[in-house]
Amino acid sequence: MTRQSVQTSRGDGTRSRPSLWMGLGIGAIALLLCLVASTIYGATDISLREVYEALTAFDGSTEHLIIQTIRLPRSFIALLVGSALAVAGALMQGLTRNPLASPGILGINAGAAFAIVTATFLFSDRALSFYVWFAFLGAGLTAISVYLLGSLGRGGLTPLNLTIAGAAFTAFLASLTQGILIVNQRTFDDIRFWLAGSLAGRDLTLLLQVLPYLCVGFLLAFALGKPLATLSLGEDVAKGLGQSVVWVKGLAALSIVLLAGSSVAIAGPIGFIGLIVPHIVRFGVGSDYRWILPYAAIAGGILLLLADLGSRLVLRPSELPVGFITPLLGAPFFIYLARSRIR
Amino acid sequence: MAESRWQRADGRFQRVLLILGAVVLVAMITSVSYGEYAIAPLDVIKTLLGIETANPGDAFAIRTLRLPRTLVAFLAGVGLAMAGTLTQGITRNPLAAPSIIGVNAGASLAAVTVLVLLPNVPFSVLPFAAFGGALGVSLLIYLFAWQGGSSPLRLVLVGVGFSLIGGAFTSVIVTLGEINLASQALVWLAGSVYGRTWEQVIALFPWIAICGVLALCWVRELNVLHLGDDTARGLGSLVEGQRGFLLLLAVALAGASVATAGTIGFVGLMAPHLSRQLVGSTYQAILPTAALMGGAIVVLADLIGRLLFAPIELPCGIITAIIGAPYFLYLLIRDRER
Repeated sequence: MTRQSVQTSRGDGTRSRPSLWMGLGIGAIALLLCLVASTIYGATDISLREVYEALTAFDGSTEHLIIQTIRLPRSFIALLVGSALAVAGALMQGLTRNPLASPGILGINAGAAFAIVTATFLFSDRALSFYVWFAFLGAGLTAISVYLLGSLGRGGLTPLNLTIAGAAFTAFLASLTQGILIVNQRTFDDIRFWLAGSLAGRDLTLLLQVLPYLCVGFLLAFALGKPLATLSLGEDVAKGLGQSVVWVKGLAALSIVLLAGSSVAIAGPIGFIGLIVPHIVRFGVGSDYRWILPYAAIAGGILLLLADLGSRLVLRPSELPVGFITPLLGAPFFIYLARSRIR
Repeated sequence: MAESRWQRADGRFQRVLLILGAVVLVAMITSVSYGEYAIAPLDVIKTLLGIETANPGDAFAIRTLRLPRTLVAFLAGVGLAMAGTLTQGITRNPLAAPSIIGVNAGASLAAVTVLVLLPNVPFSVLPFAAFGGALGVSLLIYLFAWQGGSSPLRLVLVGVGFSLIGGAFTSVIVTLGEINLASQALVWLAGSVYGRTWEQVIALFPWIAICGVLALCWVRELNVLHLGDDTARGLGSLVEGQRGFLLLLAVALAGASVATAGTIGFVGLMAPHLSRQLVGSTYQAILPTAALMGGAIVVLADLIGRLLFAPIELPCGIITAIIGAPYFLYLLIRDRER
C-alpha cells in the first residue's frame, strides 16, 4: 500500500472563481439561516420577532432572557466549534495526505479531553481560559505522538498506520481519563455531560474566554491555504517550489491544536465533524485548499448547528448530547471512505 | 520440514508453559493473600487445600471474597489474550487487538446499556448481552469490510470506525444514566475485577473453557491463514469460512471477558507478542502461551492496581493501559526495523 493522496485530480474538480465566490456567499446565507433556526427552535419555540426584540429592545422578560443567555450563546458556540473542527480536519487531511485524518480519529480530541479532566482534578474551580491551556497541551502532545507513532510503523505514514496509532492512543487516553474520574467521583458528575460532547448550558463568557485562541487558529489556517495546496501535491514538489515544508507543517499543527483544543474545551470531544466536512467540501469545491478551508469553516458550522438542533428536537423537551448525533452522521461516511479511498 | 522445527521448539515451548504456569500460580496466591488484612501465603495455600488455619476468618475472606476476584481476573486475561491472538492471526496485522478494532467497543456498548438502562437484570445476562454486542459489531465490521472478499486491511479500518461509534454511544449512555448507575458503569468500563463473586466466575468459565478449547483445536487453520489468502486457498483452506469461524471464537472470548471484567485494554495486544518472542511463530505454541500470559498479566495488573495507591484502588484496566501503551510504541518501532 502506498501513501494515499486525498485530492481528486486537478482540473476536473476545480470550479471557476466567480462560481466559487457565489457558492461561498450562498453558504454564508445558509449558515445564517441555520443560526436563526437554532435560536428559534428548542424546548420552547420562540418567534423570530422576539429574537429581534431581545437584541434591539431588551425588556428583561423570560423569553428575552432565554434568548440572550441560553439560545444565542449556544448557537454561536455550535457554529464556531463546528467550523473549528472542520477546518482542523481539513488541515490534517491536507497535511498527512490521509483521507481518514481528523481530530477525533487521530486521538487529538481524546488528548485534549484527558488533559482537561486531569486539570479539573488537580486544580478545581478555575476559569475555562485556564483549562484551555491544558487542552492545547494535551492536543499538541497527542498530535505529535500519533504522528511520530504513525510514521514509525512499517511502510511509514500510511492511512492504516496513522489510524491504528490514533486508535491506540484514543484507547490509552480513554483508560487514563476513566481512571481519574473513578478516583475522583465529584469531577465525574460535573464533567460527564461535557465528556460525551455537548453544547447544552454553555454561556457567552465561556465562548469569549476561548475566542482569541479560536481566532488565531482560524487566521493561521486561512493563511496556510496556498502553501497547503502546494504541499498536497507532494512534499518533494513543495520543496522543489522553494517551500519551507517544516514551517508550513509546524504552523498548521499549531492551528490544529488551537482549533481542536478550544473546541474540546467548550463542547467536549465531538467526533466526525472534522472527518466528514472536508470530504463533502472537496467534492463540491475541488482540491484547492485556499477554497477548501473557508468552505469547510462554513459547512462545519452548518453541520454542527443542525446536529445540535436535531439533538434538542428528537426527544423534546429533554435532549440528547450532540455527541450522539454526529456519529450517526459520521459512521456511514467513515465506512464509505475506508471502503473506497483506501486500497 | 515444518514438522521438525515444531518438534525442536517443543522442549522450549513446554518449559515456557511450565514457567508461566508457575508465575500465574504465585501471582494468584499473592493476590489472594493481599487485601484489607494480609494473610500469609502459606495459610492461603492451606485454606485452598481445605486445611484449617489458625485464624478461622481466613477461610471466609479467601473463599468468598478474594478467590473469585482473582479467578475472574485470570479467566478474563485468558479470554482477552486468546481473542487478541486470533484477531492478529486473522487480520495478519500484529497491531490488531480486539480493543482497537471494535470488538470490545461492541461488547462494552451492549453491557453498559444493560447496566444503566436495565439495572434489575441478573448478572448472568451480561455475558450474553456483551457477546451479542460484540457479535453484532463484528458482523457489521465483516459485512462492511466485504468487497468481493474480506481484506484484512479493511477489517482493521472499518473496525476502528465502529470502535469510535461504539465509544461515542457508550459515553452518551453513561451521560444520560442515573448518576450511581453511571459511575458503576464507568468503573466497569475502565476494566475492573472489584467485588466479583462466584456468580461471575461460574458465568464466565464455560465461555472461556469451551471457546478456548475450540480455538486450540482450530489453531492449525490460523497458521494457514497467516500465510496469506492466496497461499491459504492454494493449500485448500476455505479462507472465508475459517476466518469467519475463528472471528466468531474471538468475539465470544472477548465478549464474555469484557462482560465480566470490563474493557481491560491492551492485554489482547501484549500477550500474543510476548508469547511470539518466547515460543516462536507457530500458532500451536503461541495460543496456549498467550492464554497463560494474558491471565498472568491481568492478575498482576489487578494486584498492582490495589498496591499502588492503597487504600484507593485503581482498576486493572488502567494498569494494563499504562503498561500496554509503551509496549505498543515499542512494537511499532521494532516493526519498522524489520
